[in-house]
Parts: sequence; C-alpha cells; structure tokens
Amino acid sequence: MADVKRDTPAAPGFDLFGFLARFAPLIFLVVLMAVFYLLEPRFLSQVNLFNVMRQVSITGLLAIGMTFVILTAGIDLSIGSLLAFAGLVAAAVAKGGLQDRFTVGEDAVGYGWQLAALAAIAIGIAGGWLQGVAITRLKVPPFVVTLGGMSVFRGAALLFAAGGPISGFDRAFTWWGQGYIGPVPVPVVVFLVAAVIAHIVLRYTRYGRKVYAVGGNPEAARLAGLNVNRIILSVYVIMGFFAGLGAFVLAARLNSAEAVAGTGYELTVIASVVIGGTSLFGGVGSVFGTVIGALLIGVLLNGLVLMNVSSYIQQIIIGVIIVLAVAFDTFAKSRRRRA
Amino acid sequence: MTTQAGPQAVPQTTPPAAPLLRMTGIGKRFPGVIALDGVDLEVGAAEIHALLGENGAGKSTLLKILSGAQPPDTGTITLGGDTVAFRSPHEAQMRGIVTIYQEFTLAPNMTIAENVFIGREPGSRLFMNWKRMAEATRVVTARVGLERSPMTLVRDLSVAEQQMVEIARALSMDSRLIVMDEPTSALSASEVEKLFAIVRKLKADGISVIFVTHRLEEVMTICDRYTVLRDGRHVGKGAVAETSIDGIIRMMVGRAVDTLFSGRESATPGPVALEAKGITRRRHAQDPHAIELDGVSLAVREGEILGIAGLVGAGRTETARAIFGADPFDAGEVLIGGQKVSIRTPQDAIRAGVGLVPEDRKQQALFLSLAIRTNLSIAALDRIDRFGIFIDHKKETALVEEYKKLLNIRMASPEQLVGNLSGGNQQKVVLARWLALRPKVLIVDEPTRGIDVGAKVEVHNLLFEMAKTGIAVIAISSELPEILAVSDRIVTMREGRVTGEVSRAEANEERLMTLMTLGRAKAA
Ligand SMILES: Nc1ncnc2c1ncn2[C@@H]1O[C@H](COP(=O)(O)OP(=O)(O)OP(=O)(O)O)[C@@H](O)[C@H]1O
Ligand SMILES: [Mg+2]
Repeated sequence: MADVKRDTPAAPGFDLFGFLARFAPLIFLVVLMAVFYLLEPRFLSQVNLFNVMRQVSITGLLAIGMTFVILTAGIDLSIGSLLAFAGLVAAAVAKGGLQDRFTVGEDAVGYGWQLAALAAIAIGIAGGWLQGVAITRLKVPPFVVTLGGMSVFRGAALLFAAGGPISGFDRAFTWWGQGYIGPVPVPVVVFLVAAVIAHIVLRYTRYGRKVYAVGGNPEAARLAGLNVNRIILSVYVIMGFFAGLGAFVLAARLNSAEAVAGTGYELTVIASVVIGGTSLFGGVGSVFGTVIGALLIGVLLNGLVLMNVSSYIQQIIIGVIIVLAVAFDTFAKSRRRRA
Repeated sequence: MTTQAGPQAVPQTTPPAAPLLRMTGIGKRFPGVIALDGVDLEVGAAEIHALLGENGAGKSTLLKILSGAQPPDTGTITLGGDTVAFRSPHEAQMRGIVTIYQEFTLAPNMTIAENVFIGREPGSRLFMNWKRMAEATRVVTARVGLERSPMTLVRDLSVAEQQMVEIARALSMDSRLIVMDEPTSALSASEVEKLFAIVRKLKADGISVIFVTHRLEEVMTICDRYTVLRDGRHVGKGAVAETSIDGIIRMMVGRAVDTLFSGRESATPGPVALEAKGITRRRHAQDPHAIELDGVSLAVREGEILGIAGLVGAGRTETARAIFGADPFDAGEVLIGGQKVSIRTPQDAIRAGVGLVPEDRKQQALFLSLAIRTNLSIAALDRIDRFGIFIDHKKETALVEEYKKLLNIRMASPEQLVGNLSGGNQQKVVLARWLALRPKVLIVDEPTRGIDVGAKVEVHNLLFEMAKTGIAVIAISSELPEILAVSDRIVTMREGRVTGEVSRAEANEERLMTLMTLGRAKAA
C-alpha cells in the first residue's frame, strides 16, 4: 500500500504571467522613472526625489490604512473629510483653543504637539470606529456608510472651524511636516516606518492572517472560528488611525489646518492601493505593493509637472490608470479562478 | 472484490473509424506541475464515456481544454473530422460542446428561463420576449424531467434540480457532446438514478456524454467506454463491458487497492463527549439553511464514530451546523463532557473543542485566493504562533508538511494557491485544517465528496485513527456504504427528526433505508 509515491512531478516551467502580475507595478515604476529621466535629467536629482516622496507621504499614510480596508473587500471614502476634521481639532489643541487662530509664531503655544497629535489620532480612530460599527452592526455596505461619513465629517470640520483655517504652530509641531532627519524629510520617515510596521503586521502576525482570510471568504472565515465582525471593525479603526496621523503631518507641513483639506484624497489613496496590486475583491494584496503604487502616482504627477503638462490632463491620466489597474486585477483574478 | 460489468451497460462496439471527438497529445503545464503530458481521448457518437483517474490526475484540466476555458500547450482536437481550437467556452458551445462544471455556474437570483437562455434571450435586440423564452424553456426542461415553472428562481432549487437546469441549458444549445465533471458527487442515490435516466435518454437522442466520477460502480452502470489518466498521462482505455472495477482501479493507481471498506474492531467507547438535547429550529424565510429541526437529540462518546444517515433535506447538515454554532437554534442545549455549554458562534464551538468539516468546501471552507499554508493553519494558529502575536513560519511549514504526508496531499509547495489544487486535494486541505486543531469532537459532513477511491480509504482510516486517539467523531454521508463502513452506531433522520438508531452490528442498507424514508420510530 505504501509502495506508490504520488509526488508532484517537477516542472521547471517559468511562470511569466505570474512574475509580471506580481511585479508589474514595480517594473512600471522603474520604466516610468527612466523615461522621465531621459526627458528631463533634473528628475533624478536627490532633491527632486525626496520632493516626490514628501509629496506622496500623506496620501501614502492613508493608503497604508486603506490597504487593510480593501483587503477585507471594503472601501473607505470618508478619509479626506475625516482628515480635515482631525487636522482642525489637532490645530485647535495646539493653539489652546479657537481664539488665536491666526496668530503666527512661537508665542501662540497651546498644549504642545504631543497632545495635538494624540487628538488628531483619537478623532481618526473614533471616526473609523463609528463607521465600522455601522458596517458590522447595522449591516450597511461600506460604500454607503463611508459615503455618508464623507459628508458628515466634512460638515463637522466646517462646523468646528466655522469655515476658516487655523494656522501658525510652534516649531516642534511643524518639524513633523517640514523638518529633516539627515537628508530625509520627516514625513517620508514617518511614512516608511509606518509602512514597515504595517507590512510586518499583515505578513507575520495572526491578526494579518485573519485580515486576509476575512477578505478571501468571510463565510469560510466565520466557520473557521474567526470573529469576522471584529476584524472588519478593526480595519476601519486602523484606517481612522492613519487618517488622524496623516492629518497631523499635513497640518505640520502646511503650518495650517483647514476644513477643505484632503478634498479628493480618496481618489489618490484608493488608486495607490489598487495600482499596487491589492484586489478590490478582497484577500489579495500587500503594503509593499501600496507603497509602490503611491510612489508611482507621485512620480507620474511630478514628472508631468516637470514636463509642464497641465493639471487637468494629469487628472485624466490618473483616472485612466485606475481603470486600467482594476481591469488588470480582474483579468488576473479570472486567470487564478480558472484553476 | 470482483464486480463484473453491469449488465445494463450494452457494450457499444463504437466504430473507431470516425469518432465524434478526438484529442491527441494534449499537454499542459502550470508553474511547478505538469498537469497533462501527451494525453489522448476519443469519444464516439452517442457514447457515454467515463474519464477516470485519481485526484489531481488531470481530468478537470483536460475538460477545461476541451471546453475552451484553457488553452493547451500542445496537442490537437478534432471534432467530427475537423480540427478545432476553441478560444472560449462560447466557441465550444457554438460547435455543440457544453460543459457542466462541478461548481455550477447558474445565477441564483435569476429564473430558470433566464439561466437557460442567458446571453441568447429570444426577442428583439432590446427587449426579450418573455413568453417565447418561457415556452422554449418548458420544452427543454420537460426533456430532462424537471417539473418546475420556468419563472422559478434558481436559488429555490435543490442541487439536483440546478443540475437539471444546466443540462436543459445544454440541450437548448443543440449540443452534440455534454461534458459533466463529477455530476454525481453532490447527489443522493435517488437523484443519481434520475440523472442516469436523463443521460440514457440523451444517448438515445444521439448525444455523447463525457462523465467524470470517483464512484466506479456508476461507471459500470452507465458508461460505454472509459479513459484512465494517471499523473497527467494516459494509462488506459477500453470498453467498460470488458473490464471490472478492480481492473480500472489497478490502472488508476498503478497497483491493487483494497477498496472493500475494511471496517474495524469496535473499541470500547469512553464517556459521552457531546450530547445534543432537543435541538429545535423553526423555519426562517430567506435563510438557505432553513430546514426545520424538531427536537433532535443525539450523543457521541469519546473514541466513537457516530454516523448520521438520511436523505438530502433530512436535517443532517442543519443539525451539524446548529451544534457547531454556524446557525442559531431556537430551543435545546448542547452538553460537552457533561457540561452545558452555550454555543452561539463557531468560535464558541471551537473553544469547546468541536470542529466541523462543512459540506461545501468552496463556499464554506476554502480561501481560494490564498496559499495552502494559510488555508491549512487558519484554525490552529495557537499551535504555530510566537508570543501569541506572530506566526512562526518554520512551525507553520512543518505543520503543512506533517499533514501533506498524513493525507497524501498532492501540491507543488505550501505557497501554492488552494484554488489551483484539484478538487480532491482541496478537500484534503480542509480535513487537515480541522485535524490540526486537535478537536475533542469532530463533525465531518460529506468528508469524501470528490475524493478518489484510494484517498477515500485513507480518509476512512484517518477517521478510525482519530477515534482511536479518543476523538468523538460524527460522520454525515449520503453514501450508505460509507456510513456503514465507518460508524460504530448510526442515527437516522427524516424531515428534521431523529427516526431511529441502530448499532453497527444490526445495521444494513435496507434497515437504514426504511428508517430514513418511513421514519418509523424504532424502539431501541
Ligand atoms: N491553474 C493552475 N495552476 C497550477 N496548478 C494547477 C492549476 N490547475 C490545475 N493544476 C494542477 O494540475 C493537476 C491536475 O488537476 P486537475 O484539476 O485536472 O485534477 P483532477 O483529475 O480533476 O482531480 P480531482 O479528481 O481531484 O478533481 C493538479 O496537480 C493541480 O494542482
Ligand atoms: Mg476535477
């Protein structure tokens, strides 16, 4: 009975499609950078590269959170609004209230950047948690809940600041947006550190496994003993955390917070995640991909600016790329499913 | 075991001169696997052809190539003398080849008529003609003996009826060759009979059928000729009338296998591990698992295998799901080790040491887009973690290797996507997941669905091994021989009620059948 070996026959065939599917965003990024360099050698200067990275760091932070959400086949459209609201609250805390909203300079110290950052993150988490509860308890689809949230948080931001911006923070606050560690801008450091941590969480922890499982097949996850609702709730909380963190860094960079901040961010953020290979169907994707996706968009925009392409055309190009990325994902999925 | 060819199978001396279909030298490789290596397949007109082989032998892959769902790497296909190359299932359908996949491809929220004519709705360019569509549907459904209004939603049909819709759809396309990949694995015995009647009628109408199954008795009953694959290679073909089940198995496995369910000496079971008392569940609208349960009580002891027998819809799966916390129940209680436990979610059940291998692996068990590694370890993360947070990659790999050996899972690497495994090997991964959890009570619902003969014996032995280590096993199966082979004691159910209980010594098929259909309560 034991004399027959049913070993897998070894087949050395190289899976070109699999390779391309996996590294397409990275390959595309490298090609794009090469093209821009040939057209405009200034592109590859150290200053410009860090510039690109600083530009993508805020939406990049949000995209890290969005990766968790999309891995569970969810979506969060409210992030831009939530970011604006959290930024205003952080600014108010930093200034010690809403009275001296325009006082510029170091005399206008309120409660310090630590409390301001905490406030931003707390608002973000609370907003994410609320939406997560609506999604898991009231069973409203994430698209609808966060579409509502988009309006609610924007309204809250406008109400809170009475429409006007709050600006002028002390230097310890603005360091988080404008400072450097060695040659590297601080927001870039924050972004990359967050990316590494998120990557470890998704790849190497039990929690990460559960996120993939819930996204891959929620019913199977439930029957395997996972608390599906809790995991779904958690990804919106994580998204909220990153919205808060992003709000703080953005306020520090602009030295100002305003109610219209973050308008349209959801587009760039979702695009970064999807272009990075994370599937809108859930269960497939990575933070590494998202970082590449974010950089790709940043490089593209930066290159187009260097080449004096109008911002209207830039918008059109980004939109087309999103659709192409999703089309590719659907195609890859059908290849997988034919098995 | 010397089963002769079934007398029903009229030996067809198909003229080899002009077969309807001829596939020659078909080759296909996937990363890390040679799925097919120069395979030939010939099917004559009005012939029922069995395509046989172990799990992962390449049957489904060959059929996907035939139906245009996947391109071959090498080889040619001729149909009625013409060389063809189908680039899509649609092209194959245009030439009269329709495939019914193991997982049905019907749209559950559409009517029978819409499903039959999907993409080919009669009517003008803009509007479809409902009346004509309903009429045409009635004609084809009558041919397969489906007595349902064409306007019935597919989700309200049983699995067998859905299959009839698929066949009706094939008929509506004037097909010459209908390909069925494991059509009987989800059917009950009486439904299989009905399917065979339909298949015989197709044959009488001059239609050929390719038929994949792991139940070799079915080959003897219904098929004319057969082709056997092993490890992606063509190892034999011939007329069914000239061979025996043993002969086919020898070809499939490359050795003789003892498929006689060996049974085992009854061990003396321990104390009661799990007891369900008066589980009652009322019908809820909109709930697919809404079969009523009416005061279901049963108990299983440590080291015992309890079989639950019943027809489809008897409430076996519902009982299992209720005990496991997958569906809520209205009244009744579950005791584990004599203690009443509250089980509201699968999580509660798992914490109490209960596991469930569900009946539908694709929908309820597998993460098709994730790696084998993840699929296997997801319920047993406690065994492979570090500090309760991180996953120990090495331990996980060892876990996968352990169960790969134990269950003989045929895979390229732990990183392979489960969706790319053959059906039987997917089932083994699900079994492995629950074994890895080391449960006190394991409920297995159709544990050998889609599993080949050799592996089936392995799974049975595995259940015996588990019982030996003191696990209480509850086994549900639509195949009575399987229930008889593995169980120490058998509970029968009908329409949500327990109708009887027999010990292994007194059990036989007739007895169980009586209890399952008439439901006369038996005084034990
Ligand atoms: N898309 C794919 N990618 C990688 N490997 C694949 C893919 N599809 C099939 N395989 C492999 O090809 C081999 C043949 O699989 P196939 O599904 O044809 O087997 P089968 O004979 O139908 O088995 P079963 O009886 O279990 O359904 C298996 O080893 C399987 O893992
Ligand atoms: Mg198969």
